[in-house]
Amino acid sequence: MTDSEPPNRTLSTGPGTSVPGPEVLPLERSGRKRGWKRAILPVLAMAPFLIYTGVGLGVPIVYIIRNAFLTFQGKFTFANMQLLVHGTYLKGFENSLLLSLITSVVPGILGVFLAYSIVTSNSAVLKRMVATGSAVLANFGGINLTFIFIAAFGTTGVITGWLNYVHIDPWNHGFDLYDFYGVAFVYLYFQLPLMVLVITPALGGLRQSWREAAQNMGASNWRYWRHVGIPVLMPSILGGMLLLFGSSFAAYATAQTLTLGTVTLAPIQIGDTVSGNAIAGEANIGFAIALGMLVVLSITMIFYGLARRRASKWLR
Amino acid sequence: MAHRKFKAALLAAATMSSMVAVGVSAGTSSAGASGTVNWAKVTHLTKTGPTDMTALIKAAKKEARLNVIALPDNWANYGTILKDFKKKYGINISDQNPEGSSAEEITAMTDDRGRSDDPDVIDVGTNFAVTAQADGELAPYKVLTWNEIPANLKQSGGYWFDDYGGYVAIGCDTATVTTCPTSFAQMLAAPASDGYKIGLNNSPLSASAALAGVWAAAIAEGGSLTNIAPGVTYFQNLNKAGYFVPTVAGCSTIQSGATNIVIWWDYLQASEVSSTCLKTWKVTVPSDALFAEYYTQAINKNAPDPAAARLWEEYLYSVTGQNLWLQGEARPAELAYMEAHGTANTTWEAALPAVPKGTTNVPTPAEITAAETTVTSTWPTEVTTGP
Repeated sequence: MTDSEPPNRTLSTGPGTSVPGPEVLPLERSGRKRGWKRAILPVLAMAPFLIYTGVGLGVPIVYIIRNAFLTFQGKFTFANMQLLVHGTYLKGFENSLLLSLITSVVPGILGVFLAYSIVTSNSAVLKRMVATGSAVLANFGGINLTFIFIAAFGTTGVITGWLNYVHIDPWNHGFDLYDFYGVAFVYLYFQLPLMVLVITPALGGLRQSWREAAQNMGASNWRYWRHVGIPVLMPSILGGMLLLFGSSFAAYATAQTLTLGTVTLAPIQIGDTVSGNAIAGEANIGFAIALGMLVVLSITMIFYGLARRRASKWLR
Repeated sequence: MAHRKFKAALLAAATMSSMVAVGVSAGTSSAGASGTVNWAKVTHLTKTGPTDMTALIKAAKKEARLNVIALPDNWANYGTILKDFKKKYGINISDQNPEGSSAEEITAMTDDRGRSDDPDVIDVGTNFAVTAQADGELAPYKVLTWNEIPANLKQSGGYWFDDYGGYVAIGCDTATVTTCPTSFAQMLAAPASDGYKIGLNNSPLSASAALAGVWAAAIAEGGSLTNIAPGVTYFQNLNKAGYFVPTVAGCSTIQSGATNIVIWWDYLQASEVSSTCLKTWKVTVPSDALFAEYYTQAINKNAPDPAAARLWEEYLYSVTGQNLWLQGEARPAELAYMEAHGTANTTWEAALPAVPKGTTNVPTPAEITAAETTVTSTWPTEVTTGP
């Protein structure tokens, strides 16, 4: 623990670190003096990224906003947006928000404990395995994930079979893979690794010296966590949870293939209108739902940004 | 040096003049037959003259390319059909997004306008063709066998025409299910010991096949072409009884046993399950609901290969094309006519699942739209497993 430095510390320019702050600062100063050349170079370096995000993110956003207010024949309307606050489309948003809340808080808390136990372990192999494994699993989803869970936990699944062998049938005790909580259960599979991935650097940033200082002043283990550990970590934990919220809110294929619209979620409804075989000529409702999702995600991202800023106060 | 240069120039001139000569001869020969024909405006073939079959084949061969979209090889025998067309006319076919949906076909057709890879022809759910026609995206065209397509399966102006279809059927694994159901009523009334795990191929909110499954259930439960609500209630009860497995049913869920019964089009069960995935799969048209639907052909108004597009339609609606769909266990639009005139392939026809006695329900595009609206609002709340 003492010798493990947080990976983001090397990039830091702030005070209180042993990493080369002095070299960074003069560079900034000289940048101001030399004028436009220094100013234009970073922009040029950024250009490919800016163009890429502009095409991949900016253009679609404009397209979504425009289409959300058009009828299928291309006339201006508020009807699409009005549909969002009624009936099935409202239900889709409610379900999406609730699902995202559950699948951000539960794996958020579990992830902190899991990451802490890994950070404090002495096995470098375990740390590396978890880091790599988390990165892979956090990006796993879609119809493959659905089928993995059906094959493992479905009524004829392998794990269900093993449990049946010892006379336990989870399906007779309220377990259902194909309902709302089944979807939440499946989401754990990528949400938990994602939390481990984002919280591990923050946990590594808790300095041993803080704990020693607290102990010197007679603080118990609990008091250390209550007054130092948790307050310092809180913005990172909340930030991580917000990221999980966004990831869950936008997930689509897993829930779609697992529940066939019986658990209706906003992204599934977009898919139904935009790329379906059944609903003709209602794609603009899909754009309206997408706009609604954009608003929710923007709010999430603003809070995420605030949490990151707060977190960087201590955990540099 | 000068001499050599002169020779080279002479050679170039000779080559060029020979090229011009070829061009002119091609131009004159086609000017007589089809040189002035704008195939994008041709609405039907004539027996003779510049817009006859021979001229069409010639023009299509000259285009040398056909863009189709969303035609999977294992869907209604399209793999064979595409290969046969290529071989017969020597026209290259590019199949864009083979696993795409009807909505994606329409989007591609409108968004790719003006590009050389814009789809020439589409094969979509009928209500998508109706919307595309309303948007002015389609070119009217009547194939030579136009009169052999039943009147309720085509747009009278030729803007779209149904191609092949089938019945909603119950597929069942005879190896693991002892009593395979033959009706919707039987599936709901079955004792839990029968172990029914019933699936749909997709969500009825996104797949027309699944919507048809719900609709067939409605007809079995006293509903009609204008009343799909009993079908939603049927699945609600099936779900409460614990028989409905609301996941995308397909080869993997069937092989793993997660679904041992699937409600789906008979021809897709034939091509995607019985023939390739599970030999013990039995497909039955339910005795209490005869529900059939057809897919629909249409030509893109802005087709980059207008002649090839028309030749493709002529081919599909020839005896060969129709019989190839039949081989894929789909029912071609002209099947009734072909049966009456003895041109239907009897071996392939005999392989189709038997259709019980009764009236077949075929919805109109307007009825499909109305049914879809009902299901969109009721399915997520009634068959819900949400909080």
